[in-house]
Amino acid sequence: MARITLDNLAHSYKPQPVSEDDFALKELNHDWIDGEAYALLGSSGCGKSTLLNIISGLLHPSQGRILFDGKDVTHAPTAERNIAQVFQFPVVYDTMTVHDNLAFPLRNRGRDEAYVAERVGEIAKMIGMEHMLKRKARGLGADEKQKISLGRGMVRKDVNALLFDEPLTVIDPHMKWELRTQLKRLHHEFGHTMIYVTHDQTEALTFADKVVVMYDGRVVQIGTPEELFERPEHTFVGYFIGSPGMNVIPAQVSGNTAVVNGSEIRLTRGYSGLSGKVEIGVRPEFARLSRDEGLPVKIRRVEDVGRHKIVRADFFGQDLNVLAGEDESISPDMTRVTFDPAHVNVYVNDWRVPGAA
Amino acid sequence: MNKTQNNKAWFLVLPVLLLVAFSAVIPLMTVVNYSVQDTFGNNQFFWAGLEWFEEMLNDERIWNALRRQLTFSAIILAIEIPLGIFVALNMPKKGFWSSFVLVMMSLPLLIPWNVVGTIWQIFGRVDIGLLGYTLAKLGVDYNYTQNIFDAWVTIIVMDVWHWTSLVALLAFAGLKSIPDAYYQAARIDQASRWKVFRYIELPKMMGVLMIAILLRFMDSFMIYTEPFVVTGGGPGNATTLLSIDLVKMALGQFDLGPAAAFSLMYFLVILAISWVFYTVMTNLDKKGM
Repeated sequence: MARITLDNLAHSYKPQPVSEDDFALKELNHDWIDGEAYALLGSSGCGKSTLLNIISGLLHPSQGRILFDGKDVTHAPTAERNIAQVFQFPVVYDTMTVHDNLAFPLRNRGRDEAYVAERVGEIAKMIGMEHMLKRKARGLGADEKQKISLGRGMVRKDVNALLFDEPLTVIDPHMKWELRTQLKRLHHEFGHTMIYVTHDQTEALTFADKVVVMYDGRVVQIGTPEELFERPEHTFVGYFIGSPGMNVIPAQVSGNTAVVNGSEIRLTRGYSGLSGKVEIGVRPEFARLSRDEGLPVKIRRVEDVGRHKIVRADFFGQDLNVLAGEDESISPDMTRVTFDPAHVNVYVNDWRVPGAA
Repeated sequence: MNKTQNNKAWFLVLPVLLLVAFSAVIPLMTVVNYSVQDTFGNNQFFWAGLEWFEEMLNDERIWNALRRQLTFSAIILAIEIPLGIFVALNMPKKGFWSSFVLVMMSLPLLIPWNVVGTIWQIFGRVDIGLLGYTLAKLGVDYNYTQNIFDAWVTIIVMDVWHWTSLVALLAFAGLKSIPDAYYQAARIDQASRWKVFRYIELPKMMGVLMIAILLRFMDSFMIYTEPFVVTGGGPGNATTLLSIDLVKMALGQFDLGPAAAFSLMYFLVILAISWVFYTVMTNLDKKGM
């Protein structure tokens, strides 16, 4: 187990990167604290897998350093880093039995057979495959193969970190839940540093202590699920996390008022001298419909999703989502919306501005 | 569900039936015809029954040719398959050099067989051939027209030169289909180079390798042109393989009956071996290769 430090790290797949756009992973400094479970969250192509492969040593970064417990491993081969990684699509050794597949990483490191048998037994139990240890891996279903891949990743106790690259994509939903719970339990039990790449926010928020949100090759926010929800540092975090995502509305902000199309919205903090693209962000959870106060909206559609209702509304020609409780009644004369001032964030050029109390 | 009966459909397969009849079935039947009759010329035929088959099965000459044939096929398979895999493993995977190597590798496959024979026939000649002359000057006693061992070495090297590319290209195609994740996982599992080959590359190549073995075995089992051009089956009968022997019998000695019986048995052997390969390959497929 180790603390992993990224120091001025960046990567480009082009041999001679010129502008910042050439970088698949933009300059990044970060410490992965020993023993924490992280989720790397972002849409496809945002650089998550690139970052993961740099940590595991499958890719060598174009610039910067990577340190394990302060030791520079930037150019060390994968084997030396002592890392386990599970890939998106199952990798199994077809001609081996399930048992030999699980034993493979241990045997390659010259562990004695008694230890190997013990570990394989434990892991097989964890992934629920004890009854098929003697079967050949060839011909197993995709989710069974992926469970073997997961098992091979977890079989070594002494790894510096466990990396997962969207490992549950091919697993069916029921099994997904179970495996994720297993991973979490494993984390509590052994305290491995875990990095889990996913584009599924539920997966990220339920798995991780800290979620690292990436957008366009850049880490836009690192925080607990709660922080990501309450104070998205970037508008992308706002609408990527949450269902539906945060409402982002163009506004003029000065002092502690925001002006949207001539109507004023009160803010709890003061802002001054903002220039650039100024927007306010309000989560649908903190918007409320009303008959007589607030700004004018037109309700277009109400979706009842059980626990709550999603109101799709038109707000000065732009989409606005409002969440209403399941018992709240929505009537056509509710033509106004109010925002909880404590939860209105102000963004300049997509980045959050803290403001002054 | 009711099946619609419509006999007009037979007309649709008629062209194919006619084509196959004239190109394969009827010629084959004439061979069957010859194999059970005897003739002394003037188109007079006498019923011979299975006599020719019995004679052929008891003929030492045929068994010797078969023994030489199997030896030849076994040797070239034992060289070409591992060599082809080795070449494929070392071919550049992408970029300009990959295309370049692929083109260079296909060149021998494009050369007509009798031209390959001629190339090697001249190449090995002691008086004017680049190889033969050089070896002679270096003091190596090499002469494929007189020395049995030299003749065998020559036709084997020729076949390896001509056909290893095919094995290499097939193996390369198999290797290219392996996703990167397998190699990455192997690195993470700290698998040695040998284990990567043994547990990832070889299993994934198994399907194409079976095809390569089948093709190379069949082709070498029926080989005629190249060794005939180079050695003519000699010295003596040392390189007289099955086809060469068959042609000698049918056209050289004009023994139509025995030659026909011989060809039918030859045909059945090939059919049987193809069936074995086919069964093995479909079983591999079923196991999810």
